[in-house]
Amino acid sequence: MSERMTRSAGVPMLALGGLALLAALALPLWLDDFWLQTGLFAMAAVVGAIGLTLLVGVAGQLSLGHAFFIGVGAYTYTVLVGEPGERVLGLGLPPLLALVAAGAVAGMAGALFSPIAGRLRGIYLGLASLGLVFLGRHLWINLEDLTGGFNGRSVEPFAVPGFSFSNHDPDYLAVLGTEFDGLHRQWYLFLAVALLAAWFAYGVKSSRVGRALASVRDSEVAAASVGINVTTAKATVFTLSSVYAGVGGALMALAFSRIAPDSFGLLLSIDYLVMIVLGGVGSVAGASAGAVFVSVLPLVLAEYSAQLPFLSDVGSGGLDGATLSRLIYGAAIVAVLLFLRGGLAGGLDRLRQRLVAPTSKETVAS
Amino acid sequence: MSYLLSQLVNGLSLGLVLGLIAVGFVVVFKATGVLNLAHGSVLLLGAYLVAKLHEPLGFWLAAAAGVLGAAVVAALINTLLVRRVAEPNPGTFAILTIGVDILLLTELTREIGNDVLSNGAPWGADVVEFAGVTLPASRAIAAVLAIVLFGVLGLLAARTNWGIGMRAAAADGDTASLMGIRLSRTSATGWALAGAFAAIAGVFLTSFPATGVTPSVSLVALAAIPAWVLGGFDSIPGAIVGGLVIGVAQAFAVGYESELHFLGRGFGEVVPYAVMLLVLLVRPQGLFGGKEAIRV
Repeated sequence: MSERMTRSAGVPMLALGGLALLAALALPLWLDDFWLQTGLFAMAAVVGAIGLTLLVGVAGQLSLGHAFFIGVGAYTYTVLVGEPGERVLGLGLPPLLALVAAGAVAGMAGALFSPIAGRLRGIYLGLASLGLVFLGRHLWINLEDLTGGFNGRSVEPFAVPGFSFSNHDPDYLAVLGTEFDGLHRQWYLFLAVALLAAWFAYGVKSSRVGRALASVRDSEVAAASVGINVTTAKATVFTLSSVYAGVGGALMALAFSRIAPDSFGLLLSIDYLVMIVLGGVGSVAGASAGAVFVSVLPLVLAEYSAQLPFLSDVGSGGLDGATLSRLIYGAAIVAVLLFLRGGLAGGLDRLRQRLVAPTSKETVAS
Repeated sequence: MSYLLSQLVNGLSLGLVLGLIAVGFVVVFKATGVLNLAHGSVLLLGAYLVAKLHEPLGFWLAAAAGVLGAAVVAALINTLLVRRVAEPNPGTFAILTIGVDILLLTELTREIGNDVLSNGAPWGADVVEFAGVTLPASRAIAAVLAIVLFGVLGLLAARTNWGIGMRAAAADGDTASLMGIRLSRTSATGWALAGAFAAIAGVFLTSFPATGVTPSVSLVALAAIPAWVLGGFDSIPGAIVGGLVIGVAQAFAVGYESELHFLGRGFGEVVPYAVMLLVLLVRPQGLFGGKEAIRV
């Protein structure tokens, strides 16, 4: 399946990907702060969504607990880079190390859950992982020394020796006449991490491991009979998706620059499921597109609600931006599942085949 | 001692209400194989209809309308959406119901706004007392009604064609169809029953000691998911026992919070999920669930 896709994806898809990459590289030169900030949220979501699509799409396991691992990553990063000696615990470690550790700690949390994750499948795992979100929220609120409790804590900006991804150090940096402040610098950091995440996920999907996972999804009995250890495979993919969630969570913490328990609730888990379903479950590119859509839509509707005549202010009882975006999500999920098999990715794939097929017939005829 | 007893009675009465919600999950799951994550917003819809209609219609008519409305909406979710999914499998069903839940919950949240709607129940804030235990009248009535409803559901499941159809659908849907069982009817009935039970639970969950109808009531249905999972996914008695376990555990965690301080503030809200995870660690199939046999 995956080989056929890579082969038939061919030139047009590569060109599309290249164009998207060029756009992502060049955009910060023109975007204002609102759009830069929105882009950061979107790229942080891309990383987490890719992890979830590996779990749900490739291995066929449902998880409602993704927000928990995103929270683990976010808090791990924040605690490790935090300034020592403040109200809340901070270790003052180098941010790069903390980013890696965020993935590692979230992965360990996922591995700890493997006695359950390895034995349950599909929706049963989804239900069990629902518990993680609520346990997590309880932890975030009560471990005040680490998390700052209900009100949360602020996040130190990312930096490598001699260069900070904030407005200082160097204080002024310009590229092609555009001043590169913290948001611009972070944009490239996030883009690099997101690309790395996508590249690794493609590798996993087309590797031995990925094929083993797909066969576990299709039939556990068949997978076991060709020598795949089903329990280990399920535990492994759960751990891997937790690592993605952890790194995505650290990026999310950086983008927010302040984190609080309410950011990592069940709604976030559901948002991530929406992302991968809209994009097409199991597709890395689809998950990325879905992540961008889901994270950009509410922000844009809120930002431009004044200009949209049918939107009203929050609390006035009318239709506000946040409500409208939730209605759009809900309708989009239902519509995709009823009419668009395979989500955006599946739809594009069929469209491309329909476009490509007649031309190849013509070549044969001539 | 009497404190312990009153916590126990409170927990059991809450557990019976949770059981009403949890059997809805079981019936829908058995009849159609769907994990219905829209259950909470259907519950809220029922409670909302009662609160909106009790002034013009009076409480009892409003309650009937709320129960009927929730049943019809639940059956429609099944007939119009679930049965038309492009790729039918448990995962897509679950995610579809998330979509429905987002739509329904967002709209109801907008309708309710920041208000707390009263449902105008005639028992108001009365309490009943027996054997030194005080219990809100709403809880006592809920407990009695729940036991009656469980009996009715048990009879329906054991003695009627619908019950046979449901069990046949759970065992093997395709074969059941071939044998002349109309799955569309079986599943619609299952969903409608689940919706009606949820609405009834919703009325009691929004009566005293709760303040009224707010959007957060739909979260209570989520607390019934551990009850369902605990009992095993396909067992009606299991869901009832699961509800009782969760209800009692939650009542004790809240009632003895001062002694459980090391577990952190607000542990009562987390208890259902903690209990569920512990049980799943030991028995992945739940307390009453049959171990799944895999045929090749």
